[in-house]
Amino acid sequence: MLELIDVSFKVSSDEGEKEILKNINLKIDDRFVAITGPNGGGKSTLAKVIAGIYPVTSGKIIFNGTDITNMSITDRAKLGISFAFQQPVRFKGLTVRDLITLASGKQISVSDACAYLSEVGLCARDYIDREINASLSGGELKRIEIAMIMARGTQLSVFDEPEAGIDLWSFNNLIRVFQKMHDQTNGSIMIISHQEKILDIADKIVVVANGEVKSYGKKDEILPELLHRQSAGFGCVKL
Amino acid sequence: MDTIQKSLLEKLTDLHDIPEGAYNIRANGSLGARNTTANIDIVSKQDKDGIDIIIKPNTKNESVHIPVIISKTGIDDLVYNDFYIGENADVTIVAGCGIHNTGDEKSSHDGIHTFHVGKNAKIKYVERHYGQGDGTGENIMNPKTVIEIDDGGYMEMETTQIKGIDSTERITEAKLGNEAKLVIRESLMTHGKQYAKTDFTVELNGENSSANVVSRSVAKDSSYQVFYSNIKGNNKCAGHTECDAIIMDDAKVCAIPEITANHIDASLIHEAAIGKIAGEQLMKLMTLGLTEQEAEEQIVNGFLK
Ligand SMILES: Nc1ncnc2c1ncn2[C@@H]1O[C@H](COP(=O)(O)OP(=O)(O)OP(=O)(O)O)[C@@H](O)[C@H]1O
Ligand SMILES: [Mg+2]
Repeated sequence: MLELIDVSFKVSSDEGEKEILKNINLKIDDRFVAITGPNGGGKSTLAKVIAGIYPVTSGKIIFNGTDITNMSITDRAKLGISFAFQQPVRFKGLTVRDLITLASGKQISVSDACAYLSEVGLCARDYIDREINASLSGGELKRIEIAMIMARGTQLSVFDEPEAGIDLWSFNNLIRVFQKMHDQTNGSIMIISHQEKILDIADKIVVVANGEVKSYGKKDEILPELLHRQSAGFGCVKL
Repeated sequence: MDTIQKSLLEKLTDLHDIPEGAYNIRANGSLGARNTTANIDIVSKQDKDGIDIIIKPNTKNESVHIPVIISKTGIDDLVYNDFYIGENADVTIVAGCGIHNTGDEKSSHDGIHTFHVGKNAKIKYVERHYGQGDGTGENIMNPKTVIEIDDGGYMEMETTQIKGIDSTERITEAKLGNEAKLVIRESLMTHGKQYAKTDFTVELNGENSSANVVSRSVAKDSSYQVFYSNIKGNNKCAGHTECDAIIMDDAKVCAIPEITANHIDASLIHEAAIGKIAGEQLMKLMTLGLTEQEAEEQIVNGFLK
């Protein structure tokens, strides 16, 4: 479904060139893949390269047989890629309803829009006409971001740390949301996460560290290894 | 009314035809149509162009529409409209000026609106300015609004200029009595080589009077906007002024908010921000399948809504 071939991403700054993604080779065919790894490892960058927000420096990205390497963000979105940001964006004046309508790509009824909000545990009536501005809390924004991706309902949905900032009670519901998406849609889900509970519902896990794919395999193989290393005290630095 | 005049009227009032209730339609510099009600009288001035709108005390849930429509080129219009809003009244007034200029001469409309808001009266005043036309003649509007709010009165003013006005200088002056309250919301978009200046002066004279002046604007192409506001706190009062502008292309925006406290219990705040559309906002909407241009439109429309 999604294949990255020798993908590199470099940025140049005053201190010279920095390679943030190094020759990534990854072939994803599973319905539910989790990406994990230490802070600063390159996970968000990888997601942005897939969504087209960052252009690759070299390499190729193939999505369902189509070479999307040089496609714009818009064209990739239209082709079926969705991306929930790690840090959702605020908009003065645009309401929750506006964004969910734009996400769905068509005129939808208020009750349809509300259904997505209810899925992510927001009382729709209270939120549908709220502006996506500074008055929303971080956790509320994250949930609306997820609702937008659900409204899009595309082939591939990439979530960047969807659980960050979401309270404990909602966290369990969130897991249920992803399980439901997994069961009810034909699309594939890619979740960047540090949470064992989320890794545990994935089919496969990718470990990204230092701009490289450190390991990639079935959850049953990768997860015990990760947990073992964590308990052995290597956790944060040596993943 | 012809179709051009009807389309201008619709832009100004959201109405397809003659409004309900009291109205006074001015077309190409003279009276087009008028209707009065038992509680709302409209009288032409004798000494100059313009009307007196007299709203009886305790009039509730009524509205007055006073659109001005100019569909000829080379019209130079100046009117004086005075509104007398009786005590305890609660009404909506919709005013506005639409110019359709297809010629090559300038068309202008300068209106001086004076509001006398009586004790405990409540009014919502909606003002829209709109220009269209494919001629080279300029569309010019210089509205002036003078507001006096008596004790306990409340006025909400919504002023919108979205397109087609080449040059505008808008002056608003307000004086507030005890417990009086004023809310002003301005939405402005300029494009091409347009010039728009806004100038608000609010004097908070009464005890516990308050004012909130909020302007949101978008400046495109090589247009030029100047925002000036001054809130003077002359008593125990609260005042807030805010100017928030999106700048695009080669536009220029100048924001000069001023607050003056002449009383120890005056509490005044001003805020001003100018910036371009954030790149991440465009990107977010593009990940939803919008083109960059569509994303820009959505952001601008939402911002001015
Ligand atoms: N545009 C950029 N310019 C320079 N450096 C960047 C840029 N984007 C990311 N980086 C750097 O690249 C590295 C990878 O960042 P990235 O955001 O992908 O990490 P991450 O794995 O998502 O981390 P986290 O778990 O904290 O979210 C970091 O060191 C970061 O500082
Ligand atoms: Mg990240």
